[in-house]
Amino acid sequence: MNRSTPPSTRKPSSPTGLRQRRRGNWRRTIALDGMVLPALILTIIFAYIPMVGIVIAFQDFKPWLGFGQSNWVGLDHFQYLFSTPENLQVVWNTLIIASMKLVGGLIAPLVFALLLNEIRLSAFKRSVQTLVYLPHFLSWVILGGILLDMLSMKGLVNQVLVALFNIDPIFFLGDGNWFRFVVVVSDIWKEFGFGAIIFLASLAGINPALYEAAEVDGAGRWQQTLAITIPSLIPIMIVVGTLSLGNILNAGFDQIFNLYNGLVYDKGDIIDTFVYRVGLVDGQFGFSAAVGLFKSVVGFVLIVAAYRMAYKFANYRIF
Amino acid sequence: MYYKTKPYRIFSIFNYTFLAVLSILCIIPLIHILAISFSGKAPANANLVGLLPVDFNLEAYAKTLDNENFLKSLWVAVQRTTLGTLISMVVVVLAAYPLSKENSAFRRRNFYTWFFVFTMLFNGGLIPFYILIQNLNMMNTLWVLILPSAVNVWNMILMLNFFRRVPRELEEAATIDGAGHVRTLISVYLPVSLPAIATLSLFAMVFHWNSWFDGLIFMTDHKNYPLATFLQTVIVQQDFSKVSARPEDLENISQRTVKAAQIFIGMAPILFVYPLLQRFFVKGIVIGAVKE
Repeated sequence: MNRSTPPSTRKPSSPTGLRQRRRGNWRRTIALDGMVLPALILTIIFAYIPMVGIVIAFQDFKPWLGFGQSNWVGLDHFQYLFSTPENLQVVWNTLIIASMKLVGGLIAPLVFALLLNEIRLSAFKRSVQTLVYLPHFLSWVILGGILLDMLSMKGLVNQVLVALFNIDPIFFLGDGNWFRFVVVVSDIWKEFGFGAIIFLASLAGINPALYEAAEVDGAGRWQQTLAITIPSLIPIMIVVGTLSLGNILNAGFDQIFNLYNGLVYDKGDIIDTFVYRVGLVDGQFGFSAAVGLFKSVVGFVLIVAAYRMAYKFANYRIF
Repeated sequence: MYYKTKPYRIFSIFNYTFLAVLSILCIIPLIHILAISFSGKAPANANLVGLLPVDFNLEAYAKTLDNENFLKSLWVAVQRTTLGTLISMVVVVLAAYPLSKENSAFRRRNFYTWFFVFTMLFNGGLIPFYILIQNLNMMNTLWVLILPSAVNVWNMILMLNFFRRVPRELEEAATIDGAGHVRTLISVYLPVSLPAIATLSLFAMVFHWNSWFDGLIFMTDHKNYPLATFLQTVIVQQDFSKVSARPEDLENISQRTVKAAQIFIGMAPILFVYPLLQRFFVKGIVIGAVKE
């Protein structure tokens, strides 16, 4: 392959030299463009073309008419979304479930990381880590199947509760409030270990000299935690917290879809499951796309805001 | 030293106990399901099985592996996982290499990077995507399970961050020896990035093995369901009409021990690669997430 000379041996550029270098540079980088090409084509087809398809959110879309022939309805779908109490309930459910998950998903890993940090037996520490990271890698289909079995009226959980507290079995997945509780707790159960990794990494990065100095000054472990450990974790807490704000409309489709049923739609139906049912099951493409678009736009604004905040307050950048 | 004081020792006892209980809580559900799958039909249905099998036998596994539809979906899952991981890794590594260059060496880098990152921030949503797949005539093909998820932007970012840590001297030496970009990638970058590539491949494998929703909406013929979708239909939706051809399958499939066996086979590959995965992911995630 024809290549330009290494930078150090280049002459100060004369006009022709400059043109030659530009051409050489172009030849060099065309190979780089070629390498990006497969990813570029796939992204255009599967990510950007659907963005154009968003127009159906403003149409009374009929599949047999296509984009061109379907009637335009302006903002009717959005008006319908925000003027019907049942539809608004879905937005509320999403917000409630997602914010409970957000808070729990921040606190549980943090507390776990702090407790694990106090363990001095490294074999014990490693075993705990191995076990608590595991659920993260299992899908909600598997875990849903297991939970449906364990949380049924005669399942293991009710057996234990009845034996311990002598109460009536609880209909976990059939009662709206219990359903939300199960969704939030099982999500925290699945993710707290994995979420703790980033805190454990930060804990490992704290300068040991700080603790030694505190020790000399006579601080106990609790005082060290308050004065050194927690302040050192604040930047990463801000990053994790703000970035998860971008997920405020993601209440967890996989999980809810695999756990819910008609009995808990009033408290457990979220935007994503609603879009699926209204769009793909009932065939109301236009309305359902509008609901999806609402979610995408709010999500976009929140993610961008969150990254800006994370950059501003904690100097965090993804690449 | 603080850890020799009495209050700290008392705290330690509680701490060890608490964390031990917590870890056990994380795997009790899995042990319970495993115990059911190895139990007899009668004790399982009577809720007599706790964490150890009662009336140990392998009948549930025999019935599961005798089910033609289960085996078919297992085969689809194996195909999508192998092919999907392979294609995704090739596409991601190829794109990550140019994007790891400095702006001065590759001026269009910024544009491309934002082009990919934007898809993480905004998407067209489920319905336009579904209509697109219909119009591309990709329904009921294996490709619909593989191509749309091939460009994993997050993996691309992790990969390019890894490539950036490769010493510049290696690349310069290759350039002086006359290697082009493709050659440099294959002979210099790939060998030193094997740990990162192994990590991301394992992640891609787990992703493909676990994916079920695409199978559910894009496969109108249940014979094309990957295993995860099959399990979703049989165990979660309990919709047997879609997946059983013979009446005797129907009875077998709805049995509690058989369900447990299916769940366990469904997660076995994950449990199998998990030790490998665990060796890598802590490091991989930290490289991608925490930057100085």
